[in-house]
Amino acid sequence: MLIPVLIGMSIITFSIVHAIPGSPAKAILGERATPEAMERLEENMGLNDPLYIQYFRYVGNLLQGDLGTSVQTGRPVAEEILPYLTATFELALCAMLIAIFFGVNLGILSAWRQNTSVDYLSMVIALIGVSMPVFWLGLMEQWIFAQELDWLPSNGRMDPRMFFEPITNFYLLDALIQGNLYALQDAFRHMLLPAIALGTIPMAIIARMTRSSMLEVLRSDYIRTARAKGVREGLIIYKHALKNAFIPIITVFGLQMGLLLGGAILTETIFSWPGVGRYLYDAIHARDYAVVQSGILIVATIFVIINLIVDLLYAWIDPRIQYGKE
Amino acid sequence: MNMKKSLLIAVGFVLILSTVLAGCGGKSAGGQGKTLIYGRGADSPQLDPALVTDGESFRVTENVMETLVEYKKKSMEVKPGLAKDWEQSDDGKTWTFHLREGIQFHDGTPFNAEAVVFNFERWMNQEMKPSKKDDFTYYASMFGGFKGDEGHIIESVKAVDEYTVQFQLKESQGPFLQNLAMSPFAIASPKAVKADPAEFAQHPVGTGPFKFKSWKKGDSITIVKNEDYWQEGLPKLDRVIFESIPDNSARFTALQSGDIDVMDGLNPDDAKRVEKNENLQLLKRPPNNVGYLAFNTEKEPFDNKKVRQAINHAVNKKGLIKSFYAGLAEPAKNPIPPSMWGYNEKVEPYEYDLDKAKQLLKEAGYEDGFKATFYAMPEPRPYMPDGKKIAEYIQADLKKIGIEVEIVSPEWQTYLEDTEQGKHEMALLGWTGDNGDPDNFLYVLLDQDNARVPAQNIAFYKNEQLHDILIKAQRETEQSKRAELYKKAQHIIHEDAPWVPLVYSTPSLAAQSYVKGYQPHPKGSDSLAEVDIEK
Repeated sequence: MLIPVLIGMSIITFSIVHAIPGSPAKAILGERATPEAMERLEENMGLNDPLYIQYFRYVGNLLQGDLGTSVQTGRPVAEEILPYLTATFELALCAMLIAIFFGVNLGILSAWRQNTSVDYLSMVIALIGVSMPVFWLGLMEQWIFAQELDWLPSNGRMDPRMFFEPITNFYLLDALIQGNLYALQDAFRHMLLPAIALGTIPMAIIARMTRSSMLEVLRSDYIRTARAKGVREGLIIYKHALKNAFIPIITVFGLQMGLLLGGAILTETIFSWPGVGRYLYDAIHARDYAVVQSGILIVATIFVIINLIVDLLYAWIDPRIQYGKE
Repeated sequence: MNMKKSLLIAVGFVLILSTVLAGCGGKSAGGQGKTLIYGRGADSPQLDPALVTDGESFRVTENVMETLVEYKKKSMEVKPGLAKDWEQSDDGKTWTFHLREGIQFHDGTPFNAEAVVFNFERWMNQEMKPSKKDDFTYYASMFGGFKGDEGHIIESVKAVDEYTVQFQLKESQGPFLQNLAMSPFAIASPKAVKADPAEFAQHPVGTGPFKFKSWKKGDSITIVKNEDYWQEGLPKLDRVIFESIPDNSARFTALQSGDIDVMDGLNPDDAKRVEKNENLQLLKRPPNNVGYLAFNTEKEPFDNKKVRQAINHAVNKKGLIKSFYAGLAEPAKNPIPPSMWGYNEKVEPYEYDLDKAKQLLKEAGYEDGFKATFYAMPEPRPYMPDGKKIAEYIQADLKKIGIEVEIVSPEWQTYLEDTEQGKHEMALLGWTGDNGDPDNFLYVLLDQDNARVPAQNIAFYKNEQLHDILIKAQRETEQSKRAELYKKAQHIIHEDAPWVPLVYSTPSLAAQSYVKGYQPHPKGSDSLAEVDIEK
């Protein structure tokens, strides 16, 4: 599956990127784009060749593991994109943890107390969560927690004054490895607001999904049997019911994780998070073809891989699902 | 048991939260001397100033590398830099620079005439580019191309002795000295460039007050004090961190909560809040730009001078500045900003007078008005924070004199392409000066040489008399004579009215009140050598 998806992606991104009006030379030069300078730059960037030649050159390089060179920075994309990717990954992972923890519990709570005020309240929270624009939530968080209360920092991954040399570029992990508690705390504090902003929508979606899937499971015979046997309610819900209710939740999780990776642009912009969303956004703005093409390709690949992992998770959670055997 | 478990979770959560919040007060991470955090809109693409054209790169390199001559503190006039003095031959073709002695690059190699020659040879030779994709764009545009090109103005650069450099020009170039002070022409350490030209753009080595330290891509760039700096007592700061915070409001929030010390790109609306906040100060950058409305003088009815003058009378610049610049701009009457030498004070601006405008339209034979398309830029530019709103504001006034304009606002690059092709009838645009020379505004934006598609003179304004004056001023090397010529040029332009010069905007910065000695420079990037923190 992966190969055709990638070939398709490479054609689509290449066409879209080249269909955007405006040339990279113009993006770089802006108001001062003299004809001579434009011509020279376009020649330098190989933009004067026919499109199909540019495409085959691009794919040819890809096959040799060369993702291209950024026009803006003059550095290879493969090398340049890594720190941005890990930054986004760390943020998305934390957002997902928040989304799962609160989403699943909220869903369980409202399924368990169906049609009570608890249920209604939880679902109203979920509804607000789904409908709230990320940028608005982010700005509100900044305004309240950073500006007015001054509890948490409003931007970045870490206080820039801190002497900190990342190893894996997952700051939380790096701080832990280095045993730098001060950095760990600082990284954690920087993480909170953007992770909450980013995690709110998936949290709400997971809450709704959990509720409906729990409701179904809670009505099934084996739960009634368990109840009849006098199994404690907590055990029924978290052990017996949740396990079966988890399949649809995992699906949502897989899709959302992919969306988080690509869709973190707004959060990353508001909280100045140096992630891949912002990297791509800037590149689109600058018509940095190589970065946009390869960046999207990488994100797409990760999306596909995550969904593959999710498929494998099904089998692990529910032994009834087996692949490759009819 | 379940109750216990949830209780435990709750307690754990509170514990985590309390550790998190405990760190709230302390923002410093130990004593590393005086650190200034500079919040800005974007990261630098590269740090080799010769390869870039964007302000965010110059903002950093400005402090790491230096030029032969520099601009004065508040203006675009030239003063000695790495060269302590210079002389010029009578025909204006030979320039001799005497360099300061005893200066070292950050890598310990000496700064001398050889180093200067190496840098110029590098820029003028296409083969010395780090890679095929790179371009010494500014060199080509300021000195007429590269070695071998017809228009290339520099014949040769020679080291006469250890500390004397001589430039031989093919013909005299009026703005030559002004050009040398530009950030792209900062002198790099030849050793560092030779070692790895591509790496140099990631790790610049110069003679400046600060040394490059580290770069977290997309996040921050750190430069530290150069202990061996040649100017006694400078720099005053130990460390400067340039942090990118793309969103203007988020950057302002970071400033208010003390996360950063200085920010640029202040929203005009936030300027008032800065002034009211006693912990903050507003720093105004002297204008080095002009925002204008250009008429396409090749299209009817804008080929008629009276129509153009009529519209000049119909634009309320003061109202516009009050509404969209929060007062941080001056009304424009000439195409060059007032801080520039050669600015013509005597030009009488077209006052805002709708009756006069109607009268002129009547004389031109357009008593009943007409319809036109009006291009308004979709993105904020340094000279214009909100093109669309400004266009709507002008639209309302034009309606009163019978002119119906339709506002068009395509995406920025399409916008630039359309206007240089002349698809517009009226268009907003602007210009930020490069080298502090009137030639950089008047010749580039209004000479007939630049009115060919793709045009930078988007008014497609052609005037032989003006052309002669501008060319004469380019060849002349004595500044006072040049200033006279440019004053004459401004009179002609004013009379012909190919533009409505709208505003000279003063882009503002905000800083904590404990930041001392910050002087924003008109060219857009600032030396931080004399900036200090006094808490």
